[in-house]
Amino acid sequence: MKVAVSCIGDNLDAAVDPRFGRAQGFLIVDTDTAALQYVPNAQNLQAVQGAGIQAAQNVLNAGIEVLITGNIGPKAFRVLQEAGVRVYTGASGSVRQALEALQDNQLLETSQATKPGHWM
Amino acid sequence: MIVSIASGKGGTGKTTVAINLLRVAPGEAVYADCDVEEPNGRLFLRPEIAGEYTCTVPLPVVDYTKCTFCGRCREACRFNAIAVLPKSVMIFQELCHGCGACVMACPERAISERERPIGKVSHGTSGNAGFVEGLLNVGEAMSPPVIRQVRRHVGRDGLVLIDAPPGTSCPVIAAVNNTDFCLLVTEPTPFGLHDLKLAVAMVRALGLPHAVAINRAGLGDRGVHDYCAAEGIEILAEIPNDRRIAEAYAHGRTAVEELPELRPLFEKLLRAIGERIAARGAA
Amino acid sequence: MKQLAIVSGKGGTGKTTLTAAFAALADNAVMADCDVDAADLHLILAPEIGERHSFAGGLTATIDSEACVICGQCREMCRFDAIDETFTVDAAACEGCGVCYDVCPAGAVTLTNEVAGEWYVSSTRFGPMVHAALNVAQENSGKLVAQVRQRAREIAEADGRELIIIDGSPGIGCPVISSLTGVDAVLVCTEPTLSGQHDLERVLELAAHFDVPALVCVNKADLAPDMTEAIVAHSEEKGARFVGTIPYDETVVAAMIAARALSEHEPSPAREAVEEIWRTVRQILNGEA
Repeated sequence: MKVAVSCIGDNLDAAVDPRFGRAQGFLIVDTDTAALQYVPNAQNLQAVQGAGIQAAQNVLNAGIEVLITGNIGPKAFRVLQEAGVRVYTGASGSVRQALEALQDNQLLETSQATKPGHWM
Repeated sequence: MIVSIASGKGGTGKTTVAINLLRVAPGEAVYADCDVEEPNGRLFLRPEIAGEYTCTVPLPVVDYTKCTFCGRCREACRFNAIAVLPKSVMIFQELCHGCGACVMACPERAISERERPIGKVSHGTSGNAGFVEGLLNVGEAMSPPVIRQVRRHVGRDGLVLIDAPPGTSCPVIAAVNNTDFCLLVTEPTPFGLHDLKLAVAMVRALGLPHAVAINRAGLGDRGVHDYCAAEGIEILAEIPNDRRIAEAYAHGRTAVEELPELRPLFEKLLRAIGERIAARGAA
Repeated sequence: MKQLAIVSGKGGTGKTTLTAAFAALADNAVMADCDVDAADLHLILAPEIGERHSFAGGLTATIDSEACVICGQCREMCRFDAIDETFTVDAAACEGCGVCYDVCPAGAVTLTNEVAGEWYVSSTRFGPMVHAALNVAQENSGKLVAQVRQRAREIAEADGRELIIIDGSPGIGCPVISSLTGVDAVLVCTEPTLSGQHDLERVLELAAHFDVPALVCVNKADLAPDMTEAIVAHSEEKGARFVGTIPYDETVVAAMIAARALSEHEPSPAREAVEEIWRTVRQILNGEA
């Protein structure tokens, strides 16, 4: 199973980025093989609008089933929900800690956006 | 000739000025309400409406029998409004500008467009004058398409008086861009002056000939006068701060009809605008 | 933490005067000037700018006349009438969709990102303030409003502030929607005129559309007492809560000229009325009324 974690850095010790659409990047972790893939999000950091939608598209293109982040807005959430991705929010610490927290069932799966949209 | 009436600050008297200019106009004149979020001209002009039609924007629709989910539409969309998933294409209409880039980009011709209603345009007459009004549906965010539709409806013949929305951003630009003259209505207060400066920066950026009309003259301070003198901006009219004008306005009555002594002020203002436009045409 | 947005539908009804007075009366608030199009609150609050950020705008096209082959495709495909017969782009009309760039066979079109404005985090004598200035002829003010509100929320959370006071913009379009979504209450400041009533009605519909509780006050109420009465009755019919009237009072302009909040200025009927409205609004926000 592939899990994406929004983060600042390209390894397991990188800090979780609490933002989703405007996260620095995503570390994609294959929990079966322990393979890592870093997906930068630089393009969306500069986006005038729709950063969340395109960040969601990026992690979906990597074939993820689970996303871990701090907060997520309504449009990005709609895209991930449509694609059947499970979204866990409120993560902090390092990517490694976030993955452990997921395994220990300490993260909350969210059924809705956790922050208001950027403009409606 | 098209005269737009604008102001940075809201509530300075744009509609008052536009309506009164319309009432003193000697020839063929049309009032066009481009403050489509909150159009008020109708309350004063009580027009006979001859017709109305829906104003729409195009919204892309994907034909899934043709779509291969290649993602070209998403790449083409500069508004980041499209997400392409393995089995569906999501289009976020609140971000879509209806530009048609996705339609062009689709190699399978799988995207067509449907018309999404966002407001309406009404037209008719008020006395001898023409009346056109745009009205944005409540909950819709983008007013410029409705404003552009009003502008297309009125055309350029005769005297067209455009009542613009307040502010200096996209809806105002859509209302005043390519008009022959922009009259900036302000009030002589610190807020009025500050927002007038923004409005002046806007009309200068658009290269529009412009001048100022001061409403509620006598109230406040001399800041607006000093600023206009320093910047070489003409003040073409000063409408007095008179409680009777405010009371007439409150009840939807026109100042020049209620207080005929104000007529010459607006006649002079309209002539002055005409002369400024003619002088530019000759130059 | 609570969020109160002050809007007006119709412009010039006294929204910013009210916001400034509330800022002075609140003990522990963050101010957010979301009238980014024509921001005036800073004229009274005199913010000292602490942080300054630029705000990216959309794309704008330009056509290189040397490279242009005058095929006319861009002009034909542009839906915003932004390209004239000399193949010059009208930057004010261009929405940055890039269709011209996509169709140009000669590579004559470039798309550039503009800076649309700036936003600031400042301190004022009444507490922190987040505000912005949109460059002229720019779009996307809704997004800038969202940015201002987001930062105000962060500050309120970090500082343990109880209230965010949002000065909204006139109208019902994108910056207004952006100002009032998700607030605890929206206070609509209107005036007793037919226009004021008409615009109030549209704003109340908007508040209902986004499920935001609405409060209504009437400024310059004594200019047309009959209209005031009609507005009060009508607002209550629409499910909004009437919270008071403010009399016509030239002290309001005098306070503005002195760059003081009405509640800092000499005692006046308008000041008294605004203070009474503030007490009511605060009770409603705290669930006490």
